[in-house]
Amino acid sequence: MLETLLFSNLLSDTLMLSRIQFAANISFHILFPTITIALCWILLYFKVRFDLSGNPVWMRAYRFWVKVFALTFALGVVSGITMSFQFGTNWPGYMETVGNIAGPLLGYEVLTAFFLEATFLGIMLFGIKRVPNRVHTFAALMVAIGTSLSAFWILSLNSWMQTPTGFEMRDGVAYPTDWWAIVFNPSFPYRLAHMLIASGLTASFLMAGISAYRILKGDPKQAPRVALRTGLAIAAVLTPLQVFVGDLHGLNTFEHQPQKVAAMEGVWETENGAPLLLFALPDEAQRRNHLEIPVPKLASLILTHNPDGEIRGLNEFEGNHPPVAPVFFAFRVMVGIGLLMLACAWVGSWHLWRNRVSSPWMLKTVVAMTFSGWIATLAGWYVSEVGRQPWLVTGVLTTADAVTPVAPANVGLSLLMYLALYAFLLLAYLHTIRLMARKAVQVEEFETAEIVHFTEGAKA
Amino acid sequence: MNLDADVLATVFVGLMGLAILVYAILDGYDLGVGILLPVRADQEADRDTMIASIGPFWDANETWLVLAVGILLIAFPSAHSLILTQLYLPVAVMLAGLILRGVAFDFRAKAALDHKLAWDRTFKAGSLITTLSQGYMLGIYVTGFQWNWANQLFALIAALGVSVAYSYIGATWLVLKTEADLQRRAVQWARSAGRITFLGVVSVCLTNLWVNPHVFDRWLQMPLAMFVLLIPMLCFLALLGNDMLLKRLPKAGDRHCGVPFALVILVFVCCFSGLAFSFFPEVVPGQMTIWEAASAAESLQFILIGALVVIPAILLYTAFSYWVFRGKTTELHYH
Ligand code: HDD
Ligand code: HEM
Ligand code: HEM
Repeated sequence: MLETLLFSNLLSDTLMLSRIQFAANISFHILFPTITIALCWILLYFKVRFDLSGNPVWMRAYRFWVKVFALTFALGVVSGITMSFQFGTNWPGYMETVGNIAGPLLGYEVLTAFFLEATFLGIMLFGIKRVPNRVHTFAALMVAIGTSLSAFWILSLNSWMQTPTGFEMRDGVAYPTDWWAIVFNPSFPYRLAHMLIASGLTASFLMAGISAYRILKGDPKQAPRVALRTGLAIAAVLTPLQVFVGDLHGLNTFEHQPQKVAAMEGVWETENGAPLLLFALPDEAQRRNHLEIPVPKLASLILTHNPDGEIRGLNEFEGNHPPVAPVFFAFRVMVGIGLLMLACAWVGSWHLWRNRVSSPWMLKTVVAMTFSGWIATLAGWYVSEVGRQPWLVTGVLTTADAVTPVAPANVGLSLLMYLALYAFLLLAYLHTIRLMARKAVQVEEFETAEIVHFTEGAKA
Repeated sequence: MNLDADVLATVFVGLMGLAILVYAILDGYDLGVGILLPVRADQEADRDTMIASIGPFWDANETWLVLAVGILLIAFPSAHSLILTQLYLPVAVMLAGLILRGVAFDFRAKAALDHKLAWDRTFKAGSLITTLSQGYMLGIYVTGFQWNWANQLFALIAALGVSVAYSYIGATWLVLKTEADLQRRAVQWARSAGRITFLGVVSVCLTNLWVNPHVFDRWLQMPLAMFVLLIPMLCFLALLGNDMLLKRLPKAGDRHCGVPFALVILVFVCCFSGLAFSFFPEVVPGQMTIWEAASAAESLQFILIGALVVIPAILLYTAFSYWVFRGKTTELHYH
């Protein structure tokens, strides 16, 4: 009885449905850019190594990974096009209130990034026989710059929503006063750095994982070994950097959005010397935690660099703080995976460096980590975005005020359609990646025959 | 540079019009090729060639749609909200179509043999869903979002009309990019689609004049009428000329194989100018003008500076890409 009531209430609510729909769409979208942003730079690296050394192993690695890249990019593009309609269809209040600021930032993304990457992608994927080698390498560089510029603009907008500056409100509408302050708002440098590194980690673990899978399947070639080494090496450098940048990011959030940090740490009462909770079950009804596993004073030490520093608790923000449990758990998932990645990348790299070959258990661990970047990235975004609630733009506009007047039935319908489509596409993507890895195992070493696009299926 | 809000609104509606027109032409031909895709199991070679002819371009083509919606959002946020909430479901359907065709394109090349045909069919279906919903939205939009049966009927006709027009430009693209048997069939497709497009254009023009009295006044007001009536005349001449030319194609040495495509572009430009002339300065027909919907001058100026620098660069490297892939479609080497 209670359940049906809750359920029907939930489903009849345009706000709730629109939130679920937006979360589903953006979560699906980010899965692909987070791979392509960094993978493109790695591809450029393979290509340049080949250009410099003429060693065909780099070209083999490039050829395999550029196909993964093309597929991932296509999924990123189509889900991105969906994103660009979401603001208008589901959050009209958003554009009406902060459109003067969000509009130009999105516009610059289209103008400087999307056209660049989309146009040069054609040459990068299909032009190798039609342009001089250098022009081809240049096209790959342009695509890499384009994807990173995408991240730059969209993260600028997202960071501005978290920590808005450089504007004034007139008649309930935000007007820009200082574009520099808007683009380089206080949380932007941290968010950009953290996201770019996250992308690097997602791509490098994907590369290492799939290469390890190929080696385990008996692939005798050099290319997957080169890719495995490259992936693990990149990860070994980036993981400590990510932990460091993540810490800075947290300090920045502590300054600008203390209620978000209180939810991340599960601190209810303002405390000096707050413990770091390895685990707990936050209970918002009783406003306390169950089953805490604390490490004394560590949270204060990390956030204030003083074991007795003060952390303001959630009770100071009652009615104006995010839902605690999702933020709390998502944060632990992200940091947990970050630490796992650190261990895996270092042990793996050390292993490769010492023994030249990898043992099966090492390979299996790397395979298990293939998609760990996805989970950490999503978890990180949930911390950010759920942690910003009830605000859509901190202090300016609440999520509830931005929602569409469209009937819940319509939103429900579109939501069901997207969910079905995304589930299907995700399965197809994973299935195809696995298929490609398996097919690659059987292709001969240094096969010089062209891999022809439209007869590829017929040949294999 | 300090432009006032009204001038900026005009500049931006011009930019938006340009983006929509370029989108209709560029994504028009690749959607059209998708609609025309033959789906019998034994026609794989044709499908390969047809898809290869749009392979390097479709992604950039779709970006013009993102730009058009982006400008609507940047420059006319309240119109953007109004239009997209009114068109909520058709937009969702169009997006599903765009998603399906975009991914089908890439999956087909990587899938195991037995799935390739299924992805090709998905590609065709996605293209058709996209064009039908775009045409439907156009119909609903020009009749000012009235939801009565007459407008629904009009929107359904517009849905078919737009799909046929896209097939028309797609077919002429194939005439330009393919050879031999496939080219001959493309010529046939182009002729049929051209004739239906002709009927569609006539009926949309007449309906528009009939249901919108102010459109009627605007078009038939002397002495302006002398000039603006050139637009439909040019359009009909292009359609007619194209039909006559297509009858003689392919010629020896493949002469004139690019002319039909150019003529269809001319048709698109005419139709678009006609629509724009009917409704300017309204962004939502009968409800909202560009001056009412325009966003803050500060914002428009900030983005205009960038646009003036970046758009020429975009046009340049787009031209470069078409130059790289000039000539008949050959196998695509996937790297
Ligand atoms: C591979 C992915 C990945 C990994 C291993 C980590 N993160 Fe992260 N994190 C992200 C991927 C990410 C992200 C998805 O990229 C987020 C969401 C928004 C953003 O800019 O980055 C994020 C957000 C985010 C936030 C939220 C800031 C806010 O929105 O206010 C904090 C405090 C941290 N991270 C801290 C860390 C720490 C201390 C890590 C140490 C292990 C860590 N992250 C590992
Ligand atoms: C790419 C990674 C991102 C992920 C995974 C993500 C995830 C989410 C989630 C889970 C919510 C729902 C929060 C809640 O309702 O409690 C949300 C809300 C939202 N996010 Fe993000 N987000 C991302 C990036 C962005 C960016 C770049 C922007 C803007 C440019 C953005 C704008 C919004 C908006 C407008 C909402 C409102 C809907 C809502 O609050 O429910 N997000 N996001
Ligand atoms: C609300 C938020 C977002 C919107 C409206 C949006 C919109 C889009 C659009 C329209 C495209 C297709 C571009 C094309 O036609 O080539 C796209 C692709 C892309 N987006 Fe997003 N996006 C959002 C969030 C993000 C985030 C959070 C990131 C990364 C940090 C991101 C990075 C990219 C990249 C790199 C691409 C290129 C395609 C690919 O690499 O897969 N986007 N996005």
